[in-house]
Amino acid sequence: MGARYFGASVRRLEDPKLITGRGAYVDDIAIPGMLHVAFVRSPHAHARIEGIDAEFARSMPGVHAVITAADLEGKADAPMILPVPAPIIKQVKTQYPLAFRSVHAVGDTVAMVVAESRALAEDAAAMVMVDYEPLPASVDLAHALDPGAPVAHEGSPDNLIATLKGGFGDVAGVFGKAPHVFKERIEIHRGGCHSMECRGIVVRPDPMGDRFEMWSSTQVPYMVRRYLAQYMGMEESAIRVAAPDVGGGFGPKAVVYAEEYALALAALHLRQPLKWIEDRREHFVATTQQRDQIWDLEVAADENGRMLGVKGVCLHDNGAYIPYGIVLAATGMASFPGPYALECVDVTMHSIFTNMVPNTPVRGAARPNTCFLLERLADLVATKLGMDPAEVRRRSFVKPEQMPYTTGMKARDGSPVAYDSGDYAGCLDMALEKYGRDFRARQAAARAQGRYLGMGVASYVEDTGLAPFEGATIKIQPDGKVHLQTGAAAQGQGHKTVFAQIAADQLGVRLEDVTVEAADTAAFPLGIGTVASRVAVLGGSSVHMAAIEVRGKAIKVGAMLLEAAEADMVLEEGFVKVAGTDRKVGLGEIALKLNGLFGTPMMKGIEPGLSATSYFEARELTFANGSNVCEVEVDVETGAVKILRYVVAHDCGRLINPMLVDGQIRGGVVHGIGNALYERMIYDESGQPLTTNYGEYLLPLATEMPRIEIVHMESPSPRNPLGVKGAGEGGTIPAAAAVIAAVEDALAPFGARIMKHPISPQDVVEMIEAGTPAVAAE
Amino acid sequence: MDGIEETRRIRLVVNGKTVERAVSVRKHLGDFLREDLRLTGTHLACEHGVCGACTIIIDGVPARSCLMLAVQADGLNIRTVEGLAEPDGTLHPIQDAFHEKHGLQCGFCTPGMLTTLAAVLEENPEIDEAGIREAISGNICRCTGYETIVDAALSAAATMRQAARGGL
Repeated sequence: MGARYFGASVRRLEDPKLITGRGAYVDDIAIPGMLHVAFVRSPHAHARIEGIDAEFARSMPGVHAVITAADLEGKADAPMILPVPAPIIKQVKTQYPLAFRSVHAVGDTVAMVVAESRALAEDAAAMVMVDYEPLPASVDLAHALDPGAPVAHEGSPDNLIATLKGGFGDVAGVFGKAPHVFKERIEIHRGGCHSMECRGIVVRPDPMGDRFEMWSSTQVPYMVRRYLAQYMGMEESAIRVAAPDVGGGFGPKAVVYAEEYALALAALHLRQPLKWIEDRREHFVATTQQRDQIWDLEVAADENGRMLGVKGVCLHDNGAYIPYGIVLAATGMASFPGPYALECVDVTMHSIFTNMVPNTPVRGAARPNTCFLLERLADLVATKLGMDPAEVRRRSFVKPEQMPYTTGMKARDGSPVAYDSGDYAGCLDMALEKYGRDFRARQAAARAQGRYLGMGVASYVEDTGLAPFEGATIKIQPDGKVHLQTGAAAQGQGHKTVFAQIAADQLGVRLEDVTVEAADTAAFPLGIGTVASRVAVLGGSSVHMAAIEVRGKAIKVGAMLLEAAEADMVLEEGFVKVAGTDRKVGLGEIALKLNGLFGTPMMKGIEPGLSATSYFEARELTFANGSNVCEVEVDVETGAVKILRYVVAHDCGRLINPMLVDGQIRGGVVHGIGNALYERMIYDESGQPLTTNYGEYLLPLATEMPRIEIVHMESPSPRNPLGVKGAGEGGTIPAAAAVIAAVEDALAPFGARIMKHPISPQDVVEMIEAGTPAVAAE
Repeated sequence: MDGIEETRRIRLVVNGKTVERAVSVRKHLGDFLREDLRLTGTHLACEHGVCGACTIIIDGVPARSCLMLAVQADGLNIRTVEGLAEPDGTLHPIQDAFHEKHGLQCGFCTPGMLTTLAAVLEENPEIDEAGIREAISGNICRCTGYETIVDAALSAAATMRQAARGGL
């Protein structure tokens, strides 16, 4: 069977209902008798709760209940489950569904009001009187480990969650004899995911007993089921969790949240269906965020500008709780040494509690952080040695002939990290080729006119296809249509289309004859979740395997029915055919036969049903890579940065649907541009968030964003049957590094060195004012 | 609490049909469309008028349904995303173009993008890329990076110009 769909930019199966207003997101669900929830949230970053008076609120019109921790029988003092325990975590602090005696971030859930409408619930929430005793808050990451610093959790000895150490090689030896060692402090600031759909939950208890169904805008329905079952002491089979259409996820929707626990508990208690829809201000204070880190780094390089080693110590802000354990810091650590064949790495990361919104993976997880560090260090080496930044990278890259390349670092499960395939220098050169070679001349000409152009490059390697598995069932129905079920949830990526492409090729059917049902624990038994760019790799491979099995069975039965040899069978247009003849039998006809008829015995040796279920288990990660080139113009009067061009060379192995991969890359790059130039989640010294709407927190807009020019290299992964690698985060990972490098290059005449993001126009103006024009790099 | 749940009768045209309802005086138009008329294609994403997801077309002009009370819509003519296609199901050129050019991913900002662009293109099918970017500068999309939305709008504009010239 030739690949008609695999590799083709087919239009999405998801679109028709979404462009006509017929999508079905959580907030579109209406169940008769459904009540609405509003949460009372902490206005303090850190406080003791001395008392809650909900008496008046309970008497208000339309209010059915006001629930506080004290009302959660047996669960008041039971913190939420820690999903990823690790022995090195010194203090396990997870949130409570409703605050128990204390709050640790503005936005913590304190009480929930259940009323006949959202408006009435909000009216009553405002009238719940909570007596707080405010406490000093841990907000200053740089000093959060200092003796005497305010602690985020009253009674804790300090703010340290865990210290992670990683590395390899002879660090003292390499740094001791390296001709060049440079030091920098690099700071990376937090932002949010800002999916356009906020979070939302609808829960319906079963009128017949202690069971419930939940629709949540989650990336991980199976994890929601797992942790709610565990917490509530219920069988998993008594809980159905489904993710309907989800309006963007970008990481934070992979957390199992206090609101999910609270709604499940309340719905069973009240025996009423409940809905809670997060509003945008809640999203700013109750949905996890990411990226705050402060690093002190050193890079060693030889006299030719080849990077030899990196060492660093990091203060990693984990926020108020550890809903994701220390996964984020560990991901950042495992992302060293990036695309570079370093002789040594020595990294220490202190994961720290603060009284701010918890940090969990946001698009790229901590990979954009590590990429930013390594790329800033590469540029530092280039600046110091007066070299072309691209050349520093070429000399330092892992080379294609070194594949598979064992980096020296360890993955989360302790196994050695080994890159599977790729040509990192080749990818960088593709990007530069696409960009053109005339920049330095244009830059000089522009400077002569008082205009400041800059160009930056950034390269990265990304681990994708995270273990353990995803699975799929494919069933041929009696009408010949293909029904595909999988646990893998989607938030806009187009997984349904991609899965249908893979299945349709194997089964010889049209794309539109495949229907895909996903992310519903009632439809498919097991799933993990949509994180770490893993769904095409694991979900896609499982679809491929199931489709091959169904195909084999269709051929076997078809050959029996047509009295021909299996080797002569082909699958085309929904039929099993004897090649080169008009003898054929429809897939639907075979399915009907295999689905059984009263009194008619099954064919000998053939199990019922034309269907198969397969799981693809990832044993090793697959590694995507790429290089970006960004060109900016900086207005030295206003500090404004305008992106003039943005080029991406991207290698995620074989492309299933280039149009969708390009869509992932573009959106990802723009997210990274936001992190570099616009998005700034500011807290004051008492832990009050100051940027809680889109007037204060800026997201990238159409008027500022460039076109993203994309070229692909395809280095197939040997680690899955499709040869694919993940594509969901590779746009974001290098983008901030490329943009900041370009701005720094534009400001080279002022001696600017930019070791943080985001940067504001004010930062740029200050750098210009501090700098001396036209001084060559030291 | 007096008056908070006071209602008033309004009469308006939504997607070509006249509707008459008693509506809470404090309910915004977006909630009215979604809850009272069950037109859930209009999405609410910030509810303070910045993100543009809830954009509808009022008397031919794109407007934020979260920044207007339902009672203020009395007597007005409203089109939502559900009303962009012809009654026979033929899609508006901008809907077709979004499908063709991959102008959407998660679909949440899409109704606001489509209504904004439908109104803008109907007013001026000669619009260029800069004009389109300006027109959607009040619509936030976190998925696409905007480029394919702009491409879709340019493609729909070309289709509409051609249709206006009587060609196909």
